[in-house]
Amino acid sequence: MNFKRMWAMFTARNHEFFRDRAAFGWNFAFPFLIIVGFGLIFGGKEHQQFKVGLFTNTPQIQGTKSTVPLAFQQGKYLQFIDFSSQAEGEEKLQHLKIDLLLDSHSPEHHYWINDSSPNGYITEQIFLASLIKDRDKLARKQIVKGVQIRYIDWLFPGILGMNMMFSALWGVGYVVVRYRKNGALKRLKATPLTPLEYLSAQMLSRIFLIMFTIFVVWIGSNLIFHFQVHGSYGALALIFFLGGLSLCSMGLVLAARGTSEEFTSGILNFISWPMMFLSEVWFSLEGSPAWIQGFSKIFPLTHLLTGARKIMNDGATLADVQGECLVLIATTLICLVIAARLFSWNE
Amino acid sequence: MVYSKNSINPENYLYMNQIIEVIKLSKLFGANKAVADASFSVKEGICFGLLGPNGAGKSTTMEIVEDIIAASSGEILYKGQPRSTSFREEIGIQFQHTSLLNFLTVAETLLSFHKLYQEPEDLQALIERCDLSPILKRRNDQLSGGQLQRLMLALALVNRPRLVFLDEPSTGLDPQSRRNLWDIVRQIKEEGKTIIMTTHSMEEAEYLCDEVAIMDMGSIIAWDTPTRLIQAHCQGNSILLPESAFKMNLDTLPFTWKRRDKTIVLETAHIHEGLNKLLHLDIDLTDMAIHSSNLEDVFLCLTGKGLRD
Repeated sequence: MNFKRMWAMFTARNHEFFRDRAAFGWNFAFPFLIIVGFGLIFGGKEHQQFKVGLFTNTPQIQGTKSTVPLAFQQGKYLQFIDFSSQAEGEEKLQHLKIDLLLDSHSPEHHYWINDSSPNGYITEQIFLASLIKDRDKLARKQIVKGVQIRYIDWLFPGILGMNMMFSALWGVGYVVVRYRKNGALKRLKATPLTPLEYLSAQMLSRIFLIMFTIFVVWIGSNLIFHFQVHGSYGALALIFFLGGLSLCSMGLVLAARGTSEEFTSGILNFISWPMMFLSEVWFSLEGSPAWIQGFSKIFPLTHLLTGARKIMNDGATLADVQGECLVLIATTLICLVIAARLFSWNE
Repeated sequence: MVYSKNSINPENYLYMNQIIEVIKLSKLFGANKAVADASFSVKEGICFGLLGPNGAGKSTTMEIVEDIIAASSGEILYKGQPRSTSFREEIGIQFQHTSLLNFLTVAETLLSFHKLYQEPEDLQALIERCDLSPILKRRNDQLSGGQLQRLMLALALVNRPRLVFLDEPSTGLDPQSRRNLWDIVRQIKEEGKTIIMTTHSMEEAEYLCDEVAIMDMGSIIAWDTPTRLIQAHCQGNSILLPESAFKMNLDTLPFTWKRRDKTIVLETAHIHEGLNKLLHLDIDLTDMAIHSSNLEDVFLCLTGKGLRD
């Protein structure tokens, strides 16, 4: 391994990345826009997920009292939407745009649901429960102690991880295939540069760019959302670094052969989309079938996000996430060896 | 040294000071034999040209010798030995089709490649030789064809190579750029470096090459100095005159002749003798043109005039 040659490739790739203004800007804009977007969507009313349509068949007379139970009106996670007619509300219910339709001035509490909607069933139960008097006395309630985690705090590592995944897989895998196709790799093959030196330089360059991107996006997003980090920033940076290495090395395996950008693009999509959905970027897999939870463990992103959330949300130390760290290190080494073995400059 | 493809015996053509020996080289792409038992050797310090029509196997042969692609069979020796890891430290390559990192400047590209070698060339000298000073800050994707070729040549020379490969170096260049490139190639040769080049330009081959090998259908069909190839395959000269200059029956002319449109082409071994005959016949020589055989004639004679893909 010649570090001078590796450094030459590392700096060349960095120069290229920083000069490509469009790609450079998008690397920051993409995660930032998603975080801001979700922040705006869920800001202050994070789990308001049941929608109730209200209409009345009674002519609107000022002072007419609504028959919607107060307990239902004040219920958490409910959003009320007014419709001008029953027909309009039924149309929305048919298309699952709302979960329950209620005549707001019906003494019989007349309501409609779509029986194919799980949310409709739950909303119906909430509505029916609100009609029971003294229901608080029917069962004993206790509130769990501890720090409450906002959805945005849970989501933030996922968005960063997703951005890392796309940046690593496409920024390494796709780019190397493009270099091979246009002959840039063939030119390098004519030099003493070895595959391991080249691949290591590509990986380190991308990890440098990924960490830089995370830093900038974190600073920018934190100004708006004030994320809570209960563990140490050092441990968090380390797990992101290891995750980045692992994802980049995975990109190198995909880039080891081939000259078709279209085919590589297909393979990258085939890997990145399941990884995004099964690595708990957007939602938890808790409650999903055991085989899905087991399958999700093959993705480095799962271990990265598990570790990052433990540190960020639960205050875990490096010792607590050593399992995740070891998996990420092992994945990196295995992928790097496979990539160096398979790598071809021009085939 | 001239031989036909049916009489190749590489052992007869090995020299003591050869830098490259190619022995019975073959390359198959599926069922297609791109290179078929090609053998030749290159003496140190010369400019060696590999000529041939499109699809003859020149670039494939070059890339096998450069160790860019693997041969299906055959052997390549560098300084009498199989190529070792030091081979890439000692060679420079200018590819026919290649690419650089678009967003890097010329200076950054040179510096990147400079760092890849143990004993690189002095960068300033290289920049001056290839006339890159005016474009050092320009990005690679903003270079003209000639500028890009000069940069590619500089990259091929960045490690002070002992052996330089140039694959169709003047393709797409204007006459000024081509002449400039030829001057640089001649300078490189004067420094004692060996050059192996492919070209479609017979003028370029005659101007630069000490020896040429002509390839067709994957085989070497001729190999010698340009002068000896011309002597061997296209002896004599042609005198060209308009048909109107002749007042007699053309069949009575003491020449082998042929008609090309309204021009009569007379074949003669010696120009002086041919001119004397024409003067004796009192033929008007006002619009006369003389054509001496060249490498292109040899090329066409050996590879035919049919179009190639």
